[in-house]
Amino acid sequence: MTYFPEEVVEHIFDYLVSHRDRNSVSLVCKAWYRVERSSRRSLFVGNCYSVRPERVPARFPCVRSLSVKGKPHFADFNLVPPDWGGFAMPWIAAAARGLPDLEELRFKRMVVSDESLELLARSFPNLRSLVLVSCEGFSTDGLAAIATHCRLLRELDLQENEVEDRGPQWLSCFSDSCTSIESLNFACLKGEVNAGALERLVARCPNLRSLRLNRAISVESLSKILARSPHLVDLGTGSFTADHRSESYYMLIIALQKCKSLRSLSGFWDASPRCLPAVYPICANLTSLNLSYAPAIQGADLIKLIRHCWKLQRLWVLDCIGDKGLAVVASTCRELQELRVFPSDVFGAGTACVTEEGLVAVSAGCPKLHSLLYFCHQMTNAALVTVAKNCPKFIRFRLCILEPRKPDPVTNQPLDEGFGAIVKSCKDLRRLSVSGLLTDRVFLYIGMYAERLEMLSIAFAGDSDKGMVYVLNGCKNLRKLEIRDSPFGDAALLADVGKYEAMRSLWMSSCDVTLGGCKALAAKMPRLNVEIIDERDEGDEMEENLTDLHKVEKMYVYRTVGGPRNDAPHFVWTV
Amino acid sequence: MEGDLKKGLEACPQLLDLIANEREWLVKEGGGEANGFGVAEERKLELRLAPPGEEDWVEEKEKRVEHSVKSILPLGHLSKVAKSNGFNPCSGAKRGFLGAVEPNPEGFAQQQSGLLHLQSKAGMEKEQQSTERKASGPPIAVTAENVAVSINSSQARTATTPIVGWPPIRSFRKNIASSSRPGLGTQNVSSETAAKFEDDKKGLFVKINMDGIPIGRKVDLKAYNNYEKLSLAVDELFSALLSAQRDPVANGGQKNAKEKETISTGLLDGSGEYTLVYEDEEGDKMLVGDVPWDMFISTAKRLRVLKSSNLSASSLRSVSRKRTATEC
Repeated sequence: MTYFPEEVVEHIFDYLVSHRDRNSVSLVCKAWYRVERSSRRSLFVGNCYSVRPERVPARFPCVRSLSVKGKPHFADFNLVPPDWGGFAMPWIAAAARGLPDLEELRFKRMVVSDESLELLARSFPNLRSLVLVSCEGFSTDGLAAIATHCRLLRELDLQENEVEDRGPQWLSCFSDSCTSIESLNFACLKGEVNAGALERLVARCPNLRSLRLNRAISVESLSKILARSPHLVDLGTGSFTADHRSESYYMLIIALQKCKSLRSLSGFWDASPRCLPAVYPICANLTSLNLSYAPAIQGADLIKLIRHCWKLQRLWVLDCIGDKGLAVVASTCRELQELRVFPSDVFGAGTACVTEEGLVAVSAGCPKLHSLLYFCHQMTNAALVTVAKNCPKFIRFRLCILEPRKPDPVTNQPLDEGFGAIVKSCKDLRRLSVSGLLTDRVFLYIGMYAERLEMLSIAFAGDSDKGMVYVLNGCKNLRKLEIRDSPFGDAALLADVGKYEAMRSLWMSSCDVTLGGCKALAAKMPRLNVEIIDERDEGDEMEENLTDLHKVEKMYVYRTVGGPRNDAPHFVWTV
Repeated sequence: MEGDLKKGLEACPQLLDLIANEREWLVKEGGGEANGFGVAEERKLELRLAPPGEEDWVEEKEKRVEHSVKSILPLGHLSKVAKSNGFNPCSGAKRGFLGAVEPNPEGFAQQQSGLLHLQSKAGMEKEQQSTERKASGPPIAVTAENVAVSINSSQARTATTPIVGWPPIRSFRKNIASSSRPGLGTQNVSSETAAKFEDDKKGLFVKINMDGIPIGRKVDLKAYNNYEKLSLAVDELFSALLSAQRDPVANGGQKNAKEKETISTGLLDGSGEYTLVYEDEEGDKMLVGDVPWDMFISTAKRLRVLKSSNLSASSLRSVSRKRTATEC
């Protein structure tokens, strides 16, 4: 290959899409490193603290698409204190200086301020796409800046962010000459939106294919919007609240019927069952349906709706669908690939309930199922064995039994054998979350069989350090390990310290790891940041009374070439 | 109900088959309610709370508390842990997440009747479920909290609060169920309740009838914010009809004015010719004006304009009794 001119090599590299492949070729020789570096268009940084932001334009000067992730996954469940970090500003600033041609930017679990959005809006005239997932720290004023200055914007996708509402005017900031919007998702916004401005925007953007409205959008507005954009492929319906006897509901039915291209539906924030029939005519084309924000729609109505959706590939529902409803899914949705069943009544003893039966039914009826997130009240080993047999193609298997440490209710045994069957059967498993009563044995199985496993989530499981060691020794491809409330201590932490440089991160909270263990790890591995998160207020007490035997409440370890953080708050301490 | 019982009993042989064939999982065909606890229930009958066994339960509870505090669930402990898990009378019942909670014997006594319902045999699944539905909400939630032992307290974390960050869902999902429902303890959000959501947004229309007038009307309670305005509205609704009925020929304005005065005067305090009463959610007849306005509009289902002379002594008594009862 060395006698090929660089242009040819570059052209060959164009066919390499995955980051990993590109990373690999850049290690082959200096020539390839040079070529790869200057031809890299898309960069993914899985942990914003693994590298200093300024390195990015220096290392890859021609990047057009940048994706950065911040907080650890358990931040979604309030286990990471606010102000922990993950600020987007340094990244935006570095990109503004070094990558002015940036076209796409994506941040996940990061703190994005209005100032940084302003800077972003003014720095990248070619920005086509901005995606913010699970971020916080900004308001609708920041969105106004984006709308005002990003003239070529095609995609503004706000997924599950915490956005402060400062009024509806941001949408009106899209200039009248802006006709390029293809995808607009503001479903997570809590406040009112200027419906007229929205309708006009939709009317002048002929390429609009994906539109996800927030709860404030009424059915009347929805009808008008749909009338202007009958080519929509993906729709978030807004509140979907209407008196089914009203004129607006009638208009909605008419508008929906014209949307022959609709393949994906979500929203239904306040939908009542009587409004659902409006959707029936388009159900036969749907490949994706998200009803997980609609607790008023109970089992029977869900069933009626799902019976129309025989092409469904992705389904997100609440557990009020019940085992009965899942049986209907199994018999109707033969193409199903992804299923998520969320709990609807977390704190009370509601009637909503799915058990192992529902899962078994779906596994039997939907052979293409490869992604699962399932919250249930109980699970049995027998059911898991059956599921493993029925669906060997699982890539993501996340099972959450709502009561921690709950055994198999039939046999009163731990669920080791059930999960063991899953990892043994599903050779392509990349992501696994375990729950219920589990001993070290399940980790033995995971270490033995889960060769492709990249992410493992453990909660209230295991008996001893052996469990964690099985996993660290066995799972060759492990990248992210997150553990809470499990009896793993220093011996496990220090069993294979080199492993952590081959992984993105390790999270351990409410385990048996001590300060001494953390220090030992940090001493052995200088290219790891070993962060201890201690939220107690009495700072003095902390310094005086802490011995190495003190158990660390929250520890976050990650590989980095950027050294210790310079933006850590007082309660985060890099050992 | 007997039909249900029979159905349940017919289902039993299949359940027993499942127990015999423990190694093979027989996929149940979708029929029947979600009764994943079927087989488990049989097992648990051995460990269940016997109705006269309050003392037994307290003993068991004490044993279990000891165990859970001592151990960090080593394997050898499994059987005991399993027992305590198996004990749970709410297993299979629609029980949501349980924090690690200390049991409360007093609370138990109060909830005993609820527990008795829950302890019905496996064959009566359907009845059990309907009973659960009736006695759902607060009683069961409290029962579950009071009775379930803190099995999860291996690190002596016997907190009475839910565990932080568990279950692992985003915060906005935790609020979804409660933010949409009109109140806690409302299980089975049926289409009627859902229709009420719609009504809540559009206006609160209730039927109103008047003695002596065959045609009823509808009034939007949300359109008013106090009893006076309602009373005037009632006037407007019926005065024309009333005058037309009384004197189909004479329709002088003066007479109308007089009629208007007649209806609303003393409508609310029982001193006039007419009295306004309402029917609440439980079907009881109440005098309008006793409770705060907001409470009134949330409980009133129907209105009626009665001739004060028709308000019998007995019905007045029952009304005042109900009033005192609700005040308690």
